Parts: sequence; structure tokens; C-alpha cells
Amino acid sequence: MSILQLAWRNIIKNPLNLLMSIILFGLGVGLISFLLLFNSQLKEKFDKNLAEIDLVVGAKGSPLQMILCSMYHIDNPTGNIPIKNAAPLLRDLHPLIKKAIPLSLGDNYKSFRIVGTNHDLVELYNGKLKDGSLWSKDFEVTIGRSVADDTGLKVGDKFISSHGFNEDDDMSHDHSSFIVSGILEGTGSVLDQLILTNTATIWLVHEHEEAGAQEETSQTNVGHDHNDHSHDNSNADLLNHPDQEITSVLIQYKSRTNFQALNFGRNINENTEMQAASPAIEINRLYNMIGVGTDALRSLAILIAIVSALSIFISLFKSMRERKYELALIRVLGAGRIKVFALIILEGLILAAIGFAIGTLLSHVGMELVAKHLKADFRYSFTGWKWLSEEWMVFGVALVLGFVAAVIPAIQAAKTDINKTLSEK
Amino acid sequence: MISTNNLTYKYQGGTDIVFPDIVCEEKDILLILGTSGVGKTTLLHLLGGILSIQKGSVNIGGIEINKLSGSGLDAFRGQNIGIIFQQNHFVDALTVLENVMLAQSLAGKKADKNAAKQLLDRLNIGHKAAKNIRDLSQGEKQRVAIARALINQPKLILADEPTSALDDINCQEVLNLLHEQAKAAGSALVVVTHDTRLKDKIANRVILQTI
Repeated sequence: MSILQLAWRNIIKNPLNLLMSIILFGLGVGLISFLLLFNSQLKEKFDKNLAEIDLVVGAKGSPLQMILCSMYHIDNPTGNIPIKNAAPLLRDLHPLIKKAIPLSLGDNYKSFRIVGTNHDLVELYNGKLKDGSLWSKDFEVTIGRSVADDTGLKVGDKFISSHGFNEDDDMSHDHSSFIVSGILEGTGSVLDQLILTNTATIWLVHEHEEAGAQEETSQTNVGHDHNDHSHDNSNADLLNHPDQEITSVLIQYKSRTNFQALNFGRNINENTEMQAASPAIEINRLYNMIGVGTDALRSLAILIAIVSALSIFISLFKSMRERKYELALIRVLGAGRIKVFALIILEGLILAAIGFAIGTLLSHVGMELVAKHLKADFRYSFTGWKWLSEEWMVFGVALVLGFVAAVIPAIQAAKTDINKTLSEK
Repeated sequence: MISTNNLTYKYQGGTDIVFPDIVCEEKDILLILGTSGVGKTTLLHLLGGILSIQKGSVNIGGIEINKLSGSGLDAFRGQNIGIIFQQNHFVDALTVLENVMLAQSLAGKKADKNAAKQLLDRLNIGHKAAKNIRDLSQGEKQRVAIARALINQPKLILADEPTSALDDINCQEVLNLLHEQAKAAGSALVVVTHDTRLKDKIANRVILQTI
């Protein structure tokens, strides 16, 4: 019967006494570790999707919204921009721009967004084909890994889109039938949850939409043959349709440190109908906004942890007083003061470890539940089944709290005068 | 096995309590009689190394325990002295058997389950070994306390009022049991009591008196 076993037996003798302290402790630890899990994965997602994009140009509105929409696909567009306005960006010969990738957003299929763009987007996120080929004709689409997994679409399958982000049967575009030309391998980036096609397809869908609206009133419909004309994927082709619209342009500079590049965004904001925003700056702004919330939550978690440590202290102190004869007896049986001290400390540490285990379980299960919810709402995949090295740190802090809570009762126990205790009747 | 020399103790603000010198050989039994307040418990605690000795000396098995330091005294007590208290305390979280084995491990000895079981059997409470200590009657608890005091085969067994709560028949039985077991373990047995019934039963005795 070692001191550790004795400590353990003392704890399980009267578990109800300690239940409150342990649950409270678990709650504090759980909240802290949940925040760690959530923040680290959120940051990872955001960082992965930055993909060295220096500037996003789109319609005027909230720059953060434009970034969230164009890069993370978790918000609606600020509007569209006519190609003639964006033309200077899309020309191959622009001196500052290495890459300009047009995006046209609109419809979705089973809440996965259909994006009109060119093949550069795939390259930007290091996408590789798993099956089939990239889109080459109107209404051909290449789908990301999550899209394929969730919808079960395979190469050669056809599907019909619906309008906007929310799936709504009444808004389905009856005549826009897409065909899957290829499936991408998983990249862990936003690419996984996109359905990619050429820009012209987006325009065609919207022509249908208007035609469909007319159809409802006039009951006459002239079917649009998808194959009567085709568009190639180049930016040059877009420039042939100056009156059509796109949602935004993702831009990579040739050199980030170029003085002109630094002023490029500001020039667009001041002198054009469009707005330019830097993803890095906007995401930082977002972190700061979320940060206020997480800071408050973290303070709450720390407060809970401290209160629970206090409650462990009180239960240990109480139990030590109830057990003073027991402790004196242990001394009589040959245990030195250090052993009695260690016994109470071990009890504190065991309580903290149990609290940590409960909290960790809570946070990981909670994270997994939140992940399911996020996946359903935003198509972003988070997971609760991931262990962070920071959690070891939380474990360390938990043990320190357990020690601190136990140290005063332990000193008291070690100092007890056994002669006096045993003489009391 | 145990002898004292000029043992004197003084509580703070009190007068000196002078104890007569005592001697008890191994397998022998010594009765220390006295009315309440003459310092019986004080003497017991001095002999048991629970109270530190101010003046005089206590020799147990050739070792002067007044010369031992704090942790050395703790270890010596665990290994060489078995104490049976008037009110026996146990570790409530443990079973009967575990309470006996705790005495082994706290004395720094290997926990020997078989030895503990055999001893409980000898004391006729082997069938309660797996029971929680809280579920035993007072009489049964006293037997467990005796087992615990004996398990390490100590040089000295101290018993504080072991019979005062018992009727005549049980009084005799417990005394016999204690003496038998002490002999079997080769220990010296010192019984401290005010129970005058024991006077006629034990020849070797010391009577404490207030001076």
C-alpha cells in the first residue's frame, strides 16, 4: 500500500464530496482547452487559405466581407464589378501583377459554391487532379474533395444548381445542368469545398435565370443550347466581354516590396469604382475582433479554474480535519512528516488530474460537436480528435493548481502534533 | 527489552511528572496502573516515541530513543513499537486487511498479504479481512488493532486501557490474547490502565502516583 494508493483510496472513498470541485475544475480546463483547439484550427484554416494572395479587388462595400467571400467562401459577395472596370488588372502585361485570377460567384449545389474562374486558382492552392480533367467547356465543372465526398458526384455525373448559398428547391435553375469533368485531391484548403467552372458558365446560368423568370410569366421558353458557343479559360477571353460582370479578382504581385505595389490597393480604392483589400490585414482585423470574445472567454475559464482550485483547497482542508486521527495514526505507524505532506499533495494532484481528464474529454467532444455544426453551416472541416502540444501545458498548469490548492492543508497535516491529537478524546 | 531511567516530563506551565524506572523483558508483561491524571498517557506516549523525551532516557532493544531525530524516531516507531490505543483509529478508506498491511508498508517493510491474513485468522477475524473497517463492531476493531500492532513483530507492544470498556469475561480474554500474541511475536508487552481488575492477574506491575 503505497502513499499514492492511499491517496487514491481516500479520494474514491467519498467521491460525492469532491464531485463539485472536480466538475468545476474540469469545466475551467475544458473551456481553456476548447479555446486552444478552436483558435489553432481556425488560424490554420485561415492561414492555409491565404495562399500568397496579396490583394483582392471587388465591388465596394465591406473589405472584410469581400475577403471572407472571395477567399474563404463564408459570406456573400459585396456585389459585382463590370469587366471593363477590372480590365487593367486582367491584362497579361500589367507591370506589377504576376497573377490575376477572376472569380464569379453565385449558384451552389447542395450548399457547395459554384465558382467561375480559371485554372490558376487550382494551381494557387496546389490542387491536383484525382480523377478526370479540369474543366474546359461551358458547364463543365471540376469539384473539390469535400464536394465529391459529400455529394457522391463522380466524373460524368450531371447536376442542377440552386441560387444563393441556401439550398432552396424553389430557386433551382431548371435548365442549368452541369457535368463533372474532374475531381481534385484534398488540399485542406478552401479548394476542397468548391465547384469550379469557367467564368462564362456563371453568366450563362444567370441568363437562364432571367429567361426562367420570363418563362413563368409568358409560358414560352426558348431553350439555350450550351454547346452553340464556347469560351476558353483565359483572361483575354474575359476582356472580349467588357459588359459582363465578375465578382472579384485575386491578385499576386510580382514583387511585394515594390513601392508601387504598396500603393496599388490605395490607388484602386481612391480612383476607381472598385475596392481593393489586403487579405493579411483584413484577417488580422478579424482575429482582433474574435480576440475580444476569446479573451473574455479565457478570463472566464481562468476564473473558473481558480475558483475550482479554491474549492479543492476547501475540500482537502475539511477532509484533513476530519481525518486528523487517521493522519496521526499514519504517523504512529511509522510515516514521517514528509510522507504525510506527500499524501495530501498527491490527493490534490490526483484531483487536478481527474479534473484535467474530464475537461479534456469535454473540450474534445465539444469541439467535435461544434465541428459538425461548422461543417453543416460553412463547409469548413474542423475536428475534435486532435491533440495539441499546448494541452500538455494546460496539464502542467492544472497540476500546479492542484499542488497550490493542497499545499496549505498538507503543511497543516505535516505539522500536526500527534501526541496532542491522540490525547484528545 | 525496554527500560527507562529517570524519566521526567513537564508540560508547559505545569509541574514535573517524575516517572518510576520501569523494566520489561521480551515475552514478559508489565502493568502500569494509575488513576486518571497521573500521567499514564504521557508515559505511554513517551515510551512509544510519540512525545519527545525532555529528561531521562528510554531504551528499547538497546537503542536509546531519546537520541533519535524526528524522522529516525518515526521509522523506529513504525518498525519496533506496536501501539494499541484505547480508541482505535483506522484508515476508513481501507479494508480490514489493508489496514493491517498499511502498518507493514509504513514501517518500510514489504507488504505481506499472507502474513497479514494469517495473523487475522489467529485473532479469529480472518473472515472479515475483505470488509471495510467501518463495518466492524468495536470488539472486532480491537482485534484488528491488535493485529496491526503485532504485524511487524515489534520489540515492544504498548496497550492503552485495552480492557476498560470490557466486562470481566472479555477482559480476561483480551488480556490472555494480548499476552499470547506478544509472546508468539517475542515482544515485551506494556499495559497502561486504571482497570484494577488487572492487578491480580499480572504480577509484574508499577503503580503511578501523584507526588
